[in-house]
Order: sequence, then structure tokens, then C-alpha cells
Amino acid sequence: MTVIGRTDVAPPVRTRRAALRLAFRQPAIAVGAIILIVFVLAAIMAPLLTSLDPLTQNVVKGLNPPSAEFPLGTDKLGRDIFSRLLYGARISLFVGFAVVVASALIGGLFGLLAGWRGGWIDEIMMRVTDIFFAFPALILAMAIAAALGPNLQNALIAIIAVTWPVYARLVRGQVLSLKQREFIESARVIGASQLRIVFRHLLPNSLAPLLVQASFDLGGAILSVAGLSFIGFGAQPPTPEWGVMISEGRNYMATQWWLATCPAVAILLVVAGFNLLGDGLRDWLDPRLRGK
Amino acid sequence: MFMRCGYAAPHEHNLSGLRHSASLANAYGHQTMIRFFFRRLVGLLIVLVGVTIITFALTQLVPVDPAVTALGQNAREDQIQAFRREYGLDRPPYEQYVSYMGRLLRGDLGISIRTRRPVAADLRDFLPATLELSIAAMIVALVLGISLGIISAVNRNGLADGFARVFALVGGSVPIFFLGLLALALFYNKLRWLPGPGRLDAVLTPPVRVTGLFTIDSLIAGDWKLFNNSMRHLLLPAVTLGYFSTAVLLRMTRSAMLEALGQDYVRTARAKGLSERLVIIRHALKNAFIPVLTTIGITFGSLLSGAVLTETIFGWPGLGRYATASAVSLDFPAVMGVTLVAAFVYPVVNTLVDLSYRLIDPRVEVDS
Repeated sequence: MTVIGRTDVAPPVRTRRAALRLAFRQPAIAVGAIILIVFVLAAIMAPLLTSLDPLTQNVVKGLNPPSAEFPLGTDKLGRDIFSRLLYGARISLFVGFAVVVASALIGGLFGLLAGWRGGWIDEIMMRVTDIFFAFPALILAMAIAAALGPNLQNALIAIIAVTWPVYARLVRGQVLSLKQREFIESARVIGASQLRIVFRHLLPNSLAPLLVQASFDLGGAILSVAGLSFIGFGAQPPTPEWGVMISEGRNYMATQWWLATCPAVAILLVVAGFNLLGDGLRDWLDPRLRGK
Repeated sequence: MFMRCGYAAPHEHNLSGLRHSASLANAYGHQTMIRFFFRRLVGLLIVLVGVTIITFALTQLVPVDPAVTALGQNAREDQIQAFRREYGLDRPPYEQYVSYMGRLLRGDLGISIRTRRPVAADLRDFLPATLELSIAAMIVALVLGISLGIISAVNRNGLADGFARVFALVGGSVPIFFLGLLALALFYNKLRWLPGPGRLDAVLTPPVRVTGLFTIDSLIAGDWKLFNNSMRHLLLPAVTLGYFSTAVLLRMTRSAMLEALGQDYVRTARAKGLSERLVIIRHALKNAFIPVLTTIGITFGSLLSGAVLTETIFGWPGLGRYATASAVSLDFPAVMGVTLVAAFVYPVVNTLVDLSYRLIDPRVEVDS
């Protein structure tokens, strides 16, 4: 047993690296990953990339065009757009990950339980996901904002509330199909506990489709939060959030077009990066599509 | 995007709960058909009741006392008590829910704090504008998405396919509120090709209300000038809102067409010597239609969220703008009214989509 175990342990390092190399040969994955790596690095290294504070106002230098001092110009209050863009990346990336991690945790556990128990419990749990699915994210977010006040946290709650059912259904579907497979059956036969089967066998084997979904939802959450912030129900000024920045630049489309365009392009690139990554991962994980 | 599920989500859960039965031998008589319809309708009812439970729970979340909101800060304690008794606010939550349901069933959504009118009346006034915009956006998405999807699949990996895929990628990634700003700045401010915000030029009077959709009503009234003007006002918002759904539909059509084009019956049709056009339309497209139909239902949810943003930018007096204005002034009854309507639309549309499969393709069965 131990021998088999050991030979099992050694190769994954090599195969994992090989698998990664193969993955990067997919243009969608490669392009998506490069875009995202750039943005993640920019977010992390924001203080190194600019010496200007995203919140410091300098009205005298308001609405400056791009220059050596301000690479992307300044807004009405003289704040540096480039610096706001960099710090905004932190917010948007955080928002995306927060939504996806929370949704995957809630939805994953929910779907695991529904799929594993089956029967009427499953039936009821799936109806519950249908109910949450019914709410359009933006409208639910406004309702929560009207009740509890407009801020980023409430916007996140609203988006998570409509995102988790996707994961519940995905995981449930995976569990239902895996439940019938031989290796689960044999785990049960050798007397593995329910918990062990669920967490050691079912969960790891359901990860692939979750990863694909997560990639799409990261982009989706970033767009949702930007949209909410744009109409005033997400992040609030003077936060350097991209949606807030577009909203602040909307009256200058004719004259200082870069005010709204820079954050919009940033959103477009990041979301496209996640969408490409999701696309590529899906094709790569789907053996039927591999090599096509 | 503000789409609940990312732009490729239809892929992941589209046909969940549906399966194509392999055998045609089953009895697809009246009985199964009726059972299927009944099951779907019961399911819909459960979801709608669930939606009201959530909206009710949200009303319980509000930290402000509705009695104080309704009577004002200076109300006396005994007035507040009387109000609470009258509206049952002193009773336990489940009893309050029952009376909440009772009011909903009578079409009573409360009084808007901002407009001081019944919310239901407000919604009736604002709904048609959103309906007109959403339908127009859906038409844009259907025409563009399906035709580009077919072109893309037929020219797989060719130049047209490349353009279509980039077009879809951008559609699924661009913030539509920026797209709206850009469209306005370009076609209205700069080029002056199209009119600015609103449903009609300010000097024009809306047509006599029949459906509430200006384009239709102006046609009914036989007023071509009004029709032309309302169409021109509709164009930019509809294209802006429709772009996201176009992207989703394009991708779905493309992959469904690729799948169908690889099937044996397509090879047979080609071998029979049918023209390529006939093969594509009669054989491939027909079979690609079900996943496309599902996608239409699913993108509806994102259409509603997108409508909020589009209406804000184009000054379109629909539910989205009503909701935004209400939420800004913390007009909770009004926002909840919109939420309830919006949350009813999605399950109803998707149930209709499900039911229509059954009519298109009787092999589709409900998976229990």
C-alpha cells in the first residue's frame, strides 16, 4: 500500500506542471491569465507603481489631461486617475473573490447536502435555489440598500444572495452523478464514513466545473458591483471604485473622455480576462472539446 | 453580468431538470402532457410564494418603524399604537405574513412614500416603458445573436468567426452603463444622428394609451411621425441593453450549431445532396433551437438588471428608474413593489420557456 502510495505521490508534481503547460497552450487561458496576472500585480504593488494618493485632492490641478506628472490625467477634484485606477483594482478584485468564495461555500455545502441526501430534502432545497434565482441582482441590491443603507457590504450581500444557487445546483448535479460511480461505491463498501466520502471523494471530484463557474462569476460580480456603485448603491465616493469613477466622469464624456473611459477599459479587461479564463478552462476540462 | 451568473452560465445549468428521453416509444399522450404542465405550474406557484416570503422577510429587516414613517416624527404614542393595531404590526410575524399575502392578492402593494400614490398604480404607469425596452432589446439580441452565431459556426475558425467571438467576448465583459454613455456621447452629442434621453421628443405628446408601449400605441393611432420618433428614441437604449444578451445568444447559438453540424443526420442530409443552406436551416438550426430557447429565458434575468442601468442613462421612465429614484429616497414600499414584480417575471418567463419546449419537442421530459 505504502509503495503504491509513494509512486502515486511523486508523479503529480511533474504531471501538474505538464498539465499547467498544456493549459497555457490554450490561447484563451493564456491570454486571460496574463491579463489577470497583470491586474493582480498592479493591485498588490499599487503603492510602488504610483507615489500619488488616490484620495488626495488638488483642485488647482483638476481635469488635467494625461501628462508626465499624471499618466492618465486628473479628475474634477485633481485626484490622479492612474492612482485611483490602481487602488480601484484592489476593490474590484476583492469584490469578485468575496462574492465567489462566499457563494461557492454556501452553495457548495447546500448542493452537497441536497445531492447526497436526495429525496424530498433535495426537492425542497432545489425549490429554495429557484426562489433565490428569481431575484435580479441589481434590483435586490437596491431593495437591501433602501432597507439597510447603500454601501459596498450590502451590495455584496445582495449579489451573493443571487449567486450561491448556481453553485448549489452545480455541486448537486455533480454529487448525483458521482454518487453512482464505482469509487464512491467502493469507499462505502470499505466502510468510509459519510463525512469522509463527501469531503475526500465527492468534493474534490466536483471541483472542475466549480472552477469554471467561479471564473465567470468573478467577472460577473465585478460588473454587478461596478453597476451598483455607478447608480449609487454600491461603493460610495470618494472610494476609488471603478463604477464610482465612471459615474464621476459621466458628465465629461465630451471634453475629458478619459475620466470615464479609463475605469471602463479596466473593467472590460479584467472581466474579459475572467471570461476568457473560464472559457479556456471549460474547453480544457471537457475532454470532448480538448484538442479542437 | 449584473447577471447573476456570468455570461456563459447557460452552459452550466441550462437543461438541468430536463432530459431528452432516448425512446420515442413512450406514450406522449394527453395525460403526460397535462401532468407535465401541472407539475410545472405547481413548481412555479411554490417559487412565487417563496419570493413573497423573502420580500416579506426583507420588510421585517427595515430598522425604521413603518408606523413612524407613515405618521411622521411628531405622531403621539397612542396614534402609533392605533396604527400598529390597525395594520397588524403588533401581531406575530406569521400572522403578519398572512395579511401581507392577503394584501398582495388584492393587488395592494402599499403606498409610496415619495409619490404618495399606491405603489401598484405607480408600477402600472412605469411598467410599459420597461416592457417596451426589454422587448426591443430581446429582438435586437435574437436577430443579431442568432444570425451571428450561425455565421460564426458555419465559418468556424474563419475570419467572421473570429470577429463574432471577439464581439461576444466584449459584449459579455463591457459595463453596459459605460456603453450607454458612449453611445449617447457619440450618436447624440457629437453626430446628432439620434435623439437624446426620454421616450419621445419633449415637444411631442404621447399617443393615447392602449398598451403603454409608445411604438405600438402610435401605430394604433396611425401617427407615423410619433412612431418614427419613438423608434428613434428606442434604438440606442435597446441596442445598449441588448448587447449583453446578444453576446450570450451568439455564443450559445454557435456552440449548439457546432454540435448539431457534427451530427449524423446532418451528414445524411448533406449526403442526400441537400443544399448547404437547407442543411443549415432545416436540420442544424432546428435542432440547435432548444438550448437557444433556454438561453433566452435565462438572459431575461440579466435583462431586468441591465434595464435598471440602461434606464438610468437614457432617462427612460421605466421600472428601473422608478426603483432607483425610490431607493434613493428610501421609499421602501415602492422598491419592494419593483422587487416583487421583477422576481415574478423571471420564474414566469422560464416556466413559459419550459412549457414551450414541450410543445416544440415532445421528447423533452421532466426529470423527477
